[in-house]
Formats: sequence, structure tokens, C-alpha cells
Amino acid sequence: MDIITLAEVAGNLSVIGYGLATIGPGIGLGILFGKAMESTARQPEMSGKIQTIMFIGLALVELLGLLGFVALLIK
Amino acid sequence: MMETVGTSMLLAAGAGPELPTVNDFLPPEILFQGTPFAINRIILIRLVATVVLLLVLGITAARAKLIPGRWQGLIEYGIDFVRNNVVYETMGELRGRRYVPMIATLFFTIFIFNLFGIIPGANMAATATVTMPLVFAIWVLVQYWIAACREKGFFRYIRDECFTPGVPWPIYILLAPIQLIELLIIRPASLTIRLFANMISGHLVLATCLAFAQYWMVEAANKFVGIPVGGIWFLGGFVMTLFEAFIAFLQAYVFAILATVYINLSYPDE
Repeated sequence: MDIITLAEVAGNLSVIGYGLATIGPGIGLGILFGKAMESTARQPEMSGKIQTIMFIGLALVELLGLLGFVALLIK
Repeated sequence: MMETVGTSMLLAAGAGPELPTVNDFLPPEILFQGTPFAINRIILIRLVATVVLLLVLGITAARAKLIPGRWQGLIEYGIDFVRNNVVYETMGELRGRRYVPMIATLFFTIFIFNLFGIIPGANMAATATVTMPLVFAIWVLVQYWIAACREKGFFRYIRDECFTPGVPWPIYILLAPIQLIELLIIRPASLTIRLFANMISGHLVLATCLAFAQYWMVEAANKFVGIPVGGIWFLGGFVMTLFEAFIAFLQAYVFAILATVYINLSYPDE
């Protein structure tokens, strides 16, 4: 076995790009769910409403991550 | 010893497992080739899913009793969920009544279509190509424009959305095109991309897990390493299957609730 090719990295740079693209939505999801939990704990009677708004926000945050994924597909 | 393990792994990497590619989503046509009605595997799954959905709901509705049995109770729970937790929660009962059938159709169709991604034999979500979500998104687009024209009038809707009152006029040069693009393109495009990209990524992850499991357990030369590693991949595939079932529900829910929100935004706010 050739010693030089021992640590060869094969693959696509866009995978790293997508990894970077998930950081932003990751932070967003953290803030989103953290705040939703916090406000549910403060006002448990509003939990249904908060959950609905949370899922709308979730959908928007998630889209950002998926845009990176689609860019990877069509590259 | 290390030498042999390393070599076998390297050889294994040379042969490679059958990893899924984007071509999974562009399968060859199997019926009526060359005509505009050519049917490939995904379209066949859509037809089967539609028939299953219609049969299940139709038979349940035909046999509906005043005191629901266990199965009827389950279906009614689903419809109640869409009506109360999605439509009435967002729009209120007065406005929402008109849209319950549409949103329930969207929710159940997308849910069943997504669920076919984990049903053995199909193994491909019917919403996993761009066309099907696009049809749903265009339906939503048309509905919220109709709602706007009916409740506000076309010109008042354009004025409210693109030329929001209380903004200094030079801002309109920037704001009006952005809002118009948002209304016409970004909303349906985001609905479409979210659904089909979720289904594609789910299928790819699941297929990758199972391809590696098969590869390590069956094809790898070194069984001593292959069986445990393959077992871990298989466990991953099993967990991802359960996760995909959850995602199928979540995406249907998110699509339904965003459709409701978009329609609700077309109404004048008192």
C-alpha cells in the first residue's frame, strides 16, 4: 500500500458546503424551540397557539437548510 | 493483522455499496412509453396511493355509524385534528368553515403520499419529485388569490400588500417588487421545495443506511468486522424509517397549516 495515499480524501466539496449551510438553520431551530418552550412554561394556557406559530416558524427555518440541499442536487 | 483488515476495507471501498443517487427519482417509464401519458414508477405509486386513500375514506364514510367504532374513530380523529387544530385555530370558525374540505384534502393526500416512502414495495414517497408538490402549491396560490379578490378586491389587495400604508414613498421602489415576488413566487416555491426536498433527503438517508447494511453484512469479505458494523447501519435504517413516518406527518401538517396561514393573510384584518 502506498503510504502517501493512506489519508486520501475522496468526495465532493459541495458536501462540506451543505454542512456549512445547516449551521444557520441549526441556530435558528435552537432559538425557535427554546423560546417556544420558555413561553409555554410562562403561559401554559397559550400552548396550542404557541405550538401553531412555532410550526410556522419551523417550516420557514427548515426551508433555509433545504435550499442548501437543493443547491447540492442541481449544482 | 492490521494490514489485512486495512487491505480488506480498502478493497471493499473499491467495490462499493449500491448507494442511492438522484437517478432514483427519475425512473424509466414502464407503461405507455413515448406518449404524454407515460407512467413511471413514481406516477404508478401516486395512482396506487390515490386509490388506497379513496377506498379507505370512501368505505369508512359509507359504513359510518352514529356510534363510531375503533377504525371510524381513528379517521374522525384525523379529520377533527385538521378542522380544529389546523383550520379553526388559525382562521377562526367563521372564515375557516369554507376551507376545511380543501385543507383536509391537502393534509390527507400529502400524508398518504409521503407515507409511501416507507411502505415496503413502494419505498418511494409519491411527493418526492417536484411536480406533485408544485400542483398542491399552485392550488394554494390560486385559492389565496381568489380569497383576496373576493374579500378585498384585486386592487385593494395589491395596494395593501405591495404599497403598505404608513411607509415613506421612496421605500415603495424596493418594497413593492419584493412583496409582489413574495406573493407570486416565493410562497408557492417555498411550499414546493420544502415538501419535495424533505422527501428526497429522507429517501436518500434511508437508502444509504440500508445499502451500507447490506454491503457490510453480505458482501464485505471480513465478517468479523462486517456483521457488527452492518448491524449498526441496519439499526440506523430502522430508526430513520420511524423518523420518516414522523416526517411524513410533520410535512403534511406544515403544508396544511402554511396553506391556511397564506389564505388567512388574504382576508382583511379587522
